[in-house]
Amino acid sequence: MNIRSYEYKNIGETYKSAVLSNGLEIRVLEKPEFRTYFAAFAVNYGGADMVFRMDGMEYSTPAGIAHFLEHKMFDMPDGTDVFSAMSATGADPNAFTSSEMTCYYFSSTEQFEKNLRLLLAFVTTPFFTDDTVEKEKPIISQEIMMGLDNPGRTLYYNFLKLLYRNHPVKVEVAGTVESISGITADTLYKCHQTFYCPGNMILCVEGNIKAEDVVAIAEETLSGWESASVPEPDYGEGDGVLPYETSISAAAEISAPQFIIGSKILPSESDRTRQQLTAKLAVLCVFGPSSAFYNRLYSSGLINRSFSWDVDYVCDTAMVSLSGESPDPDAVLNEVCAEIDRVKALGIESGLFRRIKKASIGGALRSFEDFETVCIGLAEGHFHGSCPFDGPEILEKIGVEECVAFLTEYFAPERLAMSVIHP
Amino acid sequence: MGLVRREIMPGIWLNYLYTAKFKTSYMSFTLLTQLKRETAALNALIPSVLYRGTLRYPDMEKLNARMEELYGAVIAPSVRQLGEIQCIGLSASFPEEAFLPSGADEFSNVVSLLSDILLRPATKGGLFLPQYVESEKEKLTQMLLSVINNKRGYAITRCREEMCCFEDYSAGRYGKAEDVEDIHYKKLTKQYRMLLETCPMEIFYCGRESEKRTVSALKEYLSAMPRAEINYDIGTEIRLNALEEKPRFCREEMSLSQARLVMGWRLGDSMELEDRSRVTVFNAVFGGSVTSKLFMNLREKMGLCYDISSAPDLRKGIMYVSSGISADNFETAENEIFSQLDAIKRGEITEEELESAKAVCIADTLAISDSQSALESFYLVRAVEGTDYSPEESAELLKDVTAGDVSEAARATECDMIYLLAPSEVGDENAEEEQPTETDPEVSD
Repeated sequence: MNIRSYEYKNIGETYKSAVLSNGLEIRVLEKPEFRTYFAAFAVNYGGADMVFRMDGMEYSTPAGIAHFLEHKMFDMPDGTDVFSAMSATGADPNAFTSSEMTCYYFSSTEQFEKNLRLLLAFVTTPFFTDDTVEKEKPIISQEIMMGLDNPGRTLYYNFLKLLYRNHPVKVEVAGTVESISGITADTLYKCHQTFYCPGNMILCVEGNIKAEDVVAIAEETLSGWESASVPEPDYGEGDGVLPYETSISAAAEISAPQFIIGSKILPSESDRTRQQLTAKLAVLCVFGPSSAFYNRLYSSGLINRSFSWDVDYVCDTAMVSLSGESPDPDAVLNEVCAEIDRVKALGIESGLFRRIKKASIGGALRSFEDFETVCIGLAEGHFHGSCPFDGPEILEKIGVEECVAFLTEYFAPERLAMSVIHP
Repeated sequence: MGLVRREIMPGIWLNYLYTAKFKTSYMSFTLLTQLKRETAALNALIPSVLYRGTLRYPDMEKLNARMEELYGAVIAPSVRQLGEIQCIGLSASFPEEAFLPSGADEFSNVVSLLSDILLRPATKGGLFLPQYVESEKEKLTQMLLSVINNKRGYAITRCREEMCCFEDYSAGRYGKAEDVEDIHYKKLTKQYRMLLETCPMEIFYCGRESEKRTVSALKEYLSAMPRAEINYDIGTEIRLNALEEKPRFCREEMSLSQARLVMGWRLGDSMELEDRSRVTVFNAVFGGSVTSKLFMNLREKMGLCYDISSAPDLRKGIMYVSSGISADNFETAENEIFSQLDAIKRGEITEEELESAKAVCIADTLAISDSQSALESFYLVRAVEGTDYSPEESAELLKDVTAGDVSEAARATECDMIYLLAPSEVGDENAEEEQPTETDPEVSD
């Protein structure tokens, strides 16, 4: 097996990579000085992949199916459940489903190899009966109810509904009580068979283990698992660059109004990582904690420490947003527009730009410290054709004018949408 | 790697941990004081006001710019509660010099800035700036009121408030919103000076600097710290029994889709042991893991909930169970939770349940060594307890716990409070009407 090594001297990281004969990509970070092991086995399949084409046929599945499948993967044909088997060694198994990815993972301090075998086995072994599927429905229904009582979720999904008219990223990952009601064992088998194939998945491992050993375990455990064609998701008709609608307001049981202000980004075809880092740098320069904007609004009481920003690439789309709590979200929106006008007229001061770049060094080192963040970040990057470790070097090359151009384009008033929830 | 703990100045304790496995270092300053309802909010406000500006960097814009200059050092105010000890201070996470251009002098610069924030705030006439104090009062109030935004957290807070209504513990680490209003900047400055002079201070450092350089930098930058007689008379009042013979009950309503049930127990005699490993394992058997009795029965077997878990507060001697359920199932869930606890009391713990619970607790404990913030919290608790176990030694203690110990820990508990946050009548109807129509057009069929 050919194992390649990728070294990033600037951040003191190296990962090793191999591709099994069936097409499964494996990435390993060898960390002999740590006790903790972490492994993530991820599928390029999430809440937004409801409609897809496979071997010339188009399939339409209910909202919440990827998440439902994730819940049911832990049952094994011999009647055991993987939670118990892994917990018996002290491992902490878990899983999540996002709009674009399903990820099964565990951390452990003992018997890593045994747990890795279990992880690989259960994710590639579907076992559902109509009975177990029915039994899961009330559990997921309570999870959906919990989501309905989470005002932050309402705020976020309302924001997505403003940005997108068609794109399924706006659909709640868990679906609704109604949408999951028709799910059967057959639906789950079909989706598992379609999406859980080697070319559509990745295994990322970090801890005190050799890459060769991880690859050997994977080859052995997954020996009968054959390559298959990868499905093609259909995200519907393109939505264009402008938001579908520009504002929405909803009432919730909260203490003060909350907002998300932001716009849709058209992901760059040529260099997504550079575009993403440009967005982050730009936002930090103008709206970050050392910006005049942040301090003016903080002092005047328009924002508080909950103010934050996000640049998020999901499926084939992306968005940039500012969010927080404010007594007057409209005033915040006006201030954002006024600030962008200032940037248009005056640009970004070079001292500030240099400083924000300098600060990103610490930020990157910190984010690469956490095994979970690293492994899941590597998996997400893989599905998007990028690697988070490339970030610091690419960031160095970004010029101030790129950031100004990003801000003027994506924070143009006609691009912005604002979701608000109020008490 | 082992922790070295010593008093470097009067009442100032350095907890020094050398390690070269991380890319960032961690340092925290923590002042320990008695948590009292009257002063909780006052104390909690101090780190935020300090964080507004120093003599040298007099506003947040300049202070944040300085942290950016220091390669993105993150310094943050911190307010914590360990039982009835309020811990207020600052923490810093910053890159190791090995990853920075030579001559960066990151360590000295960060220790200097951290010390400045603690000791040399922006003041006028020796007093905190009134505009900073007023602004931070407003933010603290907003934060305290925002607890309602997270229904799970809100229900747990309400259960704690009701259960411990006669104990200062119920004030919470930030105090109460209604106590913030009356804080005056002169009074706050006075309190700040009093805390600086009299509180024991725990310093934690984890990174690649030598102990010698760490001590000398701290002594240099903290030399101006005023110290008087140190007040070590701080601690937690542990109530072993429930307040009344039967658990008290409190029901509140809100416009919700789902009810939140929180139950609170006193841990009883187990709190008299110095080693409380048995409570940790008992919690894992009961509701602290995915193989626990509560998870396996209420969720997996009965389908009553999506989330259910138990968590102990070993400083105060309390344990909570929290779950999101349909309001109709309240009594079923409550009875089942009691019946699972009764099973443990009767010693009905399988070998697998015990071994799995212990393995999970041991793994959690060993993993502490791989996270700087977890190490910091772990050793702060050791300092407050006056014990000196390492994570590895704590893991050894867990290994010795038997099914009998777990059963005994369960028998020692007394349920003191049952709290239900229920969907209000109006909210209920709304929820039922909304769900079917919320389906997106593209999602149906």
